[in-house]
Amino acid sequence: MSTLPGVAAGFVEASVRVATPLALAALGETLAERGGTINLGIEGSMLAGALASALAAGAWGPDAGLLAGALAGLALAALFAAVAIGARANQIITGTAVSLLATGLTGAVYRRVYGNAGATLTIPTLPALSVPGLDQIPIVGHALFAQALPTYLVYLTVPLLWWVLSRTRWGLGLSAAGESAVAARAHGVPVSRVRIVAVMAGGAMAGLGGATLVLAQVGTFAEQMTAGRGFIAIAIVVLGGWHPVRVAAAALLFGAAAALQFLFQALGTPVPYQLFLMMPYLLALAALAGRIGRVRAPAALGQDL
Amino acid sequence: MSRSLAGWRSLGGWLLPVAAVSLGLLILSTGLWAAGYSAADALGALWRGSFGSWDAVTSATLPRMVPLLFIGAGLTLAFRAGAFNIGAEGQFYAGAIAATWAGLHLGGWPSPFALLILAAAAMLAGAAWCVIPTLLRVRFGVLEVISTLLMNFVAVALVSLMVTGPLQESRRVYPQSDPIAAAARLPILPGTRLHLGLPIAILLCLGLRVLYSRTQWGFRLRALGVGPRAAVITGRVPAGRYLAAALLGSAALAGLAGGVEVSGVSYALFQNLSPGYGFTAIAAVLLARLDPLGLMVTSLLFAALEAGAGAMQREAGIPSVAVYVVEAVVILVVVVAEGQAFRNAITARTAEPA
Repeated sequence: MSTLPGVAAGFVEASVRVATPLALAALGETLAERGGTINLGIEGSMLAGALASALAAGAWGPDAGLLAGALAGLALAALFAAVAIGARANQIITGTAVSLLATGLTGAVYRRVYGNAGATLTIPTLPALSVPGLDQIPIVGHALFAQALPTYLVYLTVPLLWWVLSRTRWGLGLSAAGESAVAARAHGVPVSRVRIVAVMAGGAMAGLGGATLVLAQVGTFAEQMTAGRGFIAIAIVVLGGWHPVRVAAAALLFGAAAALQFLFQALGTPVPYQLFLMMPYLLALAALAGRIGRVRAPAALGQDL
Repeated sequence: MSRSLAGWRSLGGWLLPVAAVSLGLLILSTGLWAAGYSAADALGALWRGSFGSWDAVTSATLPRMVPLLFIGAGLTLAFRAGAFNIGAEGQFYAGAIAATWAGLHLGGWPSPFALLILAAAAMLAGAAWCVIPTLLRVRFGVLEVISTLLMNFVAVALVSLMVTGPLQESRRVYPQSDPIAAAARLPILPGTRLHLGLPIAILLCLGLRVLYSRTQWGFRLRALGVGPRAAVITGRVPAGRYLAAALLGSAALAGLAGGVEVSGVSYALFQNLSPGYGFTAIAAVLLARLDPLGLMVTSLLFAALEAGAGAMQREAGIPSVAVYVVEAVVILVVVVAEGQAFRNAITARTAEPA
């Protein structure tokens, strides 16, 4: 491990592992935002997915946990869609309220189920799946091809999302709705309906991201454990210019920043750990400042119909 | 006359807050019942903890109202200008850090001056915590919602760093600061936890109300700001002086709330000083339709909820975070009610800010 290739391999592996939940949430939010909806509730979807996955995995194993996480994230996104799109309420406030609701709900349910003691619970985690042959590539082999299932889901989702958005009628209709609801409707796109579907799919992916956080990264659930990852995902969407491939790359960048933190801590640098805690958020702010002005957001993003 | 003023003066204006809170409590009770708790016990504890006794009112409920009033007052300013400052929690902590540092060093000063300096430090720190989001919004059109939200997490980490480092108490045992100097503490009503911050906050709300309804400047602020437009995200629409001033002003008031909390209640800095005041204030302001007078009523309501939540946890074993559920439902009800009328409100807008 103290050899340079060993350290590099470990660094890349940690980067991919940490990036996976972020990528899932960010890709989901990309779908929602391409349709014109900014869903601040994905933080809530992630947190709900995390708790649901912990509960389900404890009872039926980690694969059930993944499914439960996706469903929980979808449920919260459905609530958001009902209010923000169905009732045409302000998207920003609605999203914030949904995330707040998730904090209260998950906290209450968690303490109800696991008691007020706050003892760390053990949950069966997802095993690493190796792709024979590919995982032998020097340095990046293990990092890319010996991860848990959700990472491979990201590999699948990126091209799938690209294909849906640019090659299918539904996806093109969604993109049109994201540019101008009026124009899209004039072309026969059922704007509200496609937006709702996009938001709910995005919520499911965020829930999956939360489940990944529990089942493939941290290994347990703690209150408010997502700690703003959903909001970081929104910054990642901006950094990635609302394109699936670049969003995934941006997520990897954030994963690398976190892995850098692990590296510094392993090297024993006398830096207070709280500075490392701040880093993802500061990086997100820098990303927001850096990217704006050079990319185009979907023109109808955030507008009420 | 703006919609918010008209709303609170008519009977219809009371209907929405009552309906929203009732629905929130109803959903909470249903959830508790489904989880096997006794809803009656819970609601009873909620009442006892908030209004059930003189002690409850003066030492549990009213002190919790003060931060909500300061932060809420700032948010009426921000939201009226269309600036969604969701970072009040972080700005609160920034103000608390500055106030603690000031309070530790102001022992030699006469009390009124110490308090003024402490307040100034808190307000400056709060505004400073919003400088980056304001710049990002004005220069690059970045949604201040995201940037202020992200700054919250940085603030929490900073508090942790302070109380385990530079500001830690002299014995270096607990993650908290030394108590601040007596000169830097707000006078309290003897026998209670009620401090001078409450009348000051009430005066602030009254002052803002006068400002909004009687000055030209107040008229020019838009009521319940328009949602973010994508053009703003790409930086092609100038944000305006009003927006920047409103953002920084609201942040300063949130910082002041943190300073007042340190100076009037905790007398020291530690983690989790705020049980989510920054977010509860958003619910209070929205429920009050951005009206400072209405804010006094809704802050009392939410303060009672939070005070009662503590009792709920102690007596009925229900986690106090459950009260967030009520707050979220309240916000959702209000935002739905505003939804249909929203477009009408936009077209009935008064002058655009310069």
